[in-house]
Amino acid sequence: MKNLLNFLYKNNFFFVFLFLEIICGFILIKNNGFQGSSLLNSSNKVSANIYKIEASAKEYLLLKDENERLAKMNAFLLNRIKLGYAAIPLKIYKKNDTLYKQEYEFMNGKAINSSVNKRSNYLTLNIGAQQGVSRDMAVITSDGIIGIVKDVSENFSSAMSILHKDVRVNCQLKKDGTYGPLIWDGSDYRFSNLTDIPTHAKIKKGDTVITSSLSGIFPEGILVGFVDSFEQRPNESFYTVKVKLSADFKKVNHVSVIKYNYKTERDSLEIKSQVQSDK
Amino acid sequence: MILFPYVLFILLLPFETPKLVVLFASFFLGLTIDMFYDTAGMHAAVCTLIGFLRYYILKLLSPREGYESGLIPNVDSMGPVWFITYSALIIFIHHLIFFYLEIFRFNEFFTTLLRVILSTIGTFCFVYVVQFLFYKTDKNK
Repeated sequence: MKNLLNFLYKNNFFFVFLFLEIICGFILIKNNGFQGSSLLNSSNKVSANIYKIEASAKEYLLLKDENERLAKMNAFLLNRIKLGYAAIPLKIYKKNDTLYKQEYEFMNGKAINSSVNKRSNYLTLNIGAQQGVSRDMAVITSDGIIGIVKDVSENFSSAMSILHKDVRVNCQLKKDGTYGPLIWDGSDYRFSNLTDIPTHAKIKKGDTVITSSLSGIFPEGILVGFVDSFEQRPNESFYTVKVKLSADFKKVNHVSVIKYNYKTERDSLEIKSQVQSDK
Repeated sequence: MILFPYVLFILLLPFETPKLVVLFASFFLGLTIDMFYDTAGMHAAVCTLIGFLRYYILKLLSPREGYESGLIPNVDSMGPVWFITYSALIIFIHHLIFFYLEIFRFNEFFTTLLRVILSTIGTFCFVYVVQFLFYKTDKNK
């Protein structure tokens, strides 16, 4: 025992180092797991507030662009409502309709931090659990899809951008509905790759790519981008399609978070039938 | 390319800082960075490694008569050649481990290596230029 203690004391530098690395490892593994800890990411109070200050300063500089975009969006939306309906002054828009059920709810938020130059990029949003955000909700802007919410705290949430090594979003070609996962290869923030499009699909440059309802997160038909180029993978009958993303990830500011009202029901049903067939 | 100029903090700790203090300082520095970058644990792990290796790198690079007391490892006190070897080595190890830890797979090996090299050069230039901003005046005294 004495020898052991002596040995530990003699090499204390190395063992303290080992100990700290093990702590780091635990934090890493815990955060990668299904239940992420929100203490150590940017949705915690201290860092989120600092990012908020930074964002409010930045927002002021981007006001002009943002106004233009909102005006465009307004015009677009005004065209879709019947005259005489007034906007409901609530954060979450709800309506009671006996013919249609509302599948998706939209919440307004603001991205107060975002990045494009890492292999796994994240955004921090200024809305959180109190405003109704929870895990696995979709994040979009008026231009296109942005990402998926990963962690939520009281008033902030942290979202994985689609420019993330582990994010796969099911997307489809608008004209014929051929679908495949959208995976980012880490090279350029303006482009992403749509893999597994079968070669019999008639695809050409400029085709519109939209989200598909297969993902269970995004509503069908949200704009993703446009086909830039495509090539057949050697010895496979699939295309890898390079998609020019329609959202400008360098200028993300106002976002909408989308809540899928029937998510739990759908997920539990899907899991149930999977478990049954596995038996 | 992405820069991590915070490595400068570990680089410029005085020679005589107790090695355990260096270790803990780098660990907490890493944790703080993690909170802002959403990289839970990664920066902390890499920083701790750097804090650990710094002791041995300093030992390896020490001049024959040892380091003078009361000095900070910068260009002014140790000369450009020594500083370039010292900082480039530490920055390279830091970036190498960090980028591979971040991606955690080897099938994008060369893309990642390119990122490592470009970022190392970027960070190194930053670190080197900062020297001239803050430490030049000492010489004139």
